Amino acid sequence: MKSLKTIAAGLALALGLSGAAHAGGPLKVGFIYVGPVGDLGWTYQHDQGRKAIEKAYGDKVETTYVESVPEGADAERVMTQMALSGAKLIFATSFGYMDAVQNVAKKFPNVKFEHATGYKRAPNVSTYSARFYEGRAVIGHIAGKMTKTNKIGYIASFPIPEVIRGINAAYLAAKKVNPDVQFKIVWVFTWFDPAKEADAANALIEQGVDVIMQHTDSPAAMTIAEKKGIYAFGQASDMKKFGPNARLTSIIDNWAPYYVQEVKAVMDGTWKSHDTWDGIKAGMVEIGEFSDKIPDDVKKSAQAIIDGIESGKIHPFTGPINKQDGTPWLKAGEVADDGTLAGMNFYVEGIEGKIPQ
Amino acid sequence: MDLSAISPAALIAALIAASTPILLAAIGELVVEKAGVLNLGVEGMMITGAIFGFATTVETGSPWMGLLAAMVGGAILSLIFAVLTQYFLSNQVATGLALTLFGLGFSALIGQSYTGIKPPTFPHLNIAALNDIPFWGRAFFSHDYLVYLSILLVFAVWYYLKFTRSGLILRAVGENHDAAHAIGYNVTRIRLLAVMFGGACAGLGGAYLSLIQVPQWTQGMTAGAGWIALALVVFASWKPWRVVLGAYIFGGVSILQLNLQAVGVNIPVAYLSMAPYIVTIVVLVIMSGDRTSAPASLGRVFHASN
Repeated sequence: MKSLKTIAAGLALALGLSGAAHAGGPLKVGFIYVGPVGDLGWTYQHDQGRKAIEKAYGDKVETTYVESVPEGADAERVMTQMALSGAKLIFATSFGYMDAVQNVAKKFPNVKFEHATGYKRAPNVSTYSARFYEGRAVIGHIAGKMTKTNKIGYIASFPIPEVIRGINAAYLAAKKVNPDVQFKIVWVFTWFDPAKEADAANALIEQGVDVIMQHTDSPAAMTIAEKKGIYAFGQASDMKKFGPNARLTSIIDNWAPYYVQEVKAVMDGTWKSHDTWDGIKAGMVEIGEFSDKIPDDVKKSAQAIIDGIESGKIHPFTGPINKQDGTPWLKAGEVADDGTLAGMNFYVEGIEGKIPQ
Repeated sequence: MDLSAISPAALIAALIAASTPILLAAIGELVVEKAGVLNLGVEGMMITGAIFGFATTVETGSPWMGLLAAMVGGAILSLIFAVLTQYFLSNQVATGLALTLFGLGFSALIGQSYTGIKPPTFPHLNIAALNDIPFWGRAFFSHDYLVYLSILLVFAVWYYLKFTRSGLILRAVGENHDAAHAIGYNVTRIRLLAVMFGGACAGLGGAYLSLIQVPQWTQGMTAGAGWIALALVVFASWKPWRVVLGAYIFGGVSILQLNLQAVGVNIPVAYLSMAPYIVTIVVLVIMSGDRTSAPASLGRVFHASN
């Protein structure tokens, strides 16, 4: 009898009929992560956002998370499970969850979904991302100034617009202050695999790279940079502990304010599907403390870029910029539109190599 | 693109280092499977070894103590598996999978206070006369001690399985546990010891990651290395030297493709990325043309009453 009731309740939830029945209890918020919460990078920062929600609303919310969920069918299963167990708001924090989010969202019209770094929306699916490329422009500038060999290594994860945009932004900023700069890009096709990230860092250093940037989630490259006596930047999280000498500064993802705001919107019943893309100005992208290895004048010029981006005077993608094949993209003074940036699938002129297809 | 920018000596040095964790875990699993037990918990035992080794090295300052702790950690975890499957006759596949999940969670718990700490440097072979030989010095004679230990271990396992009486008994248990039991061997005890040996080796492999290759502790840092080791044992047809070959090919092609990317070689990256898996499988499948098959009792439950 009890199991029959459970099934009935499950069905009711599945059909989205149970909204009223749960109105009194705490709002259940689910998180699905691509890596472990202890990666001290990407997932760690999302989990900080989850903790901020708990701190802000106390017993009015109940958060759950599932970590290290592969992108694909597993993600769909995990989110379905979350929705069935009463989650009213689900944050899916990796690009590759995009189709899984769409599928599950169709089945649960009364559950709100928030998908990080994606571009597919629905009446109950919002997307949000941070303008990491603004941070990339800052560290690209610093890297261009700091490199002695004029070779900068870049450990890239997957060839998605997010990552390509970061490479372009960093390259443009580095090239601007150092015309001889060369980017060496290694694609590792994983978000989180410390051993592989470390091997990639070593391969780059072997090729004479003396500054490393990464778009993967673990601090492995930072550790290698520290060991080999070169420079690197904290990615997603500060990562200072891993490279007290190597770390120049860091791009920190600060999701907490956005998460707190979205939970409130669901509580108030004002939540609507939308697309958020915030950067340095809104505080979603933060630049960590500058290392004292950076000379004062570089600190100053880097700070000027941060201030310029914050005030809107500087846009990292301001023409004239050509695409890699030499075709013009932006005219002098022209600024890239968000649509092109969101779907960016080309390198800018000067970057060597091809984007994996 | 300039291929001469890749230094062969550095490449060989890097490939040996990258292969060693998989090699250590795989040679242990080989012994386990030779005894007729399929332990899918390699990933869990590796990550447990990684944190045990890391934490102990940090606390005692001695990498050797760390290695010992990693072996003990892996062996203890495998003991859970051994007791469940050998005495309580639980399903080996399910228990092994559970062991992996348990190991990942358990290591994350222990590791909480060890993130962001730098372990002491692991001692390297440092004989000036050998290190200074051009090419050979860097490629083969400047590794950490664990690399040489792993090769010695493979030799020992090969010798043990092929030339010792005890190794013959272990193989007999793996091929036909009923017959081995009938002539008076304690199948359960032999398997228990084999599983613990496998656990210790996997633990050592994990410690190689956290103490030497990366070196840091990050939750979930094995990221699938245990599964590669498992697959390697099968593709190497349960032969110790083929495990070495397979591990080095896999590690080698992985490192090579990263280096090719770093110099900007003009091959689509997708091909480079899948190359380690494909090359390893192709080579080992071709080599296993002699129809060597799995130990006949592999994965089967044994109870003396049957």
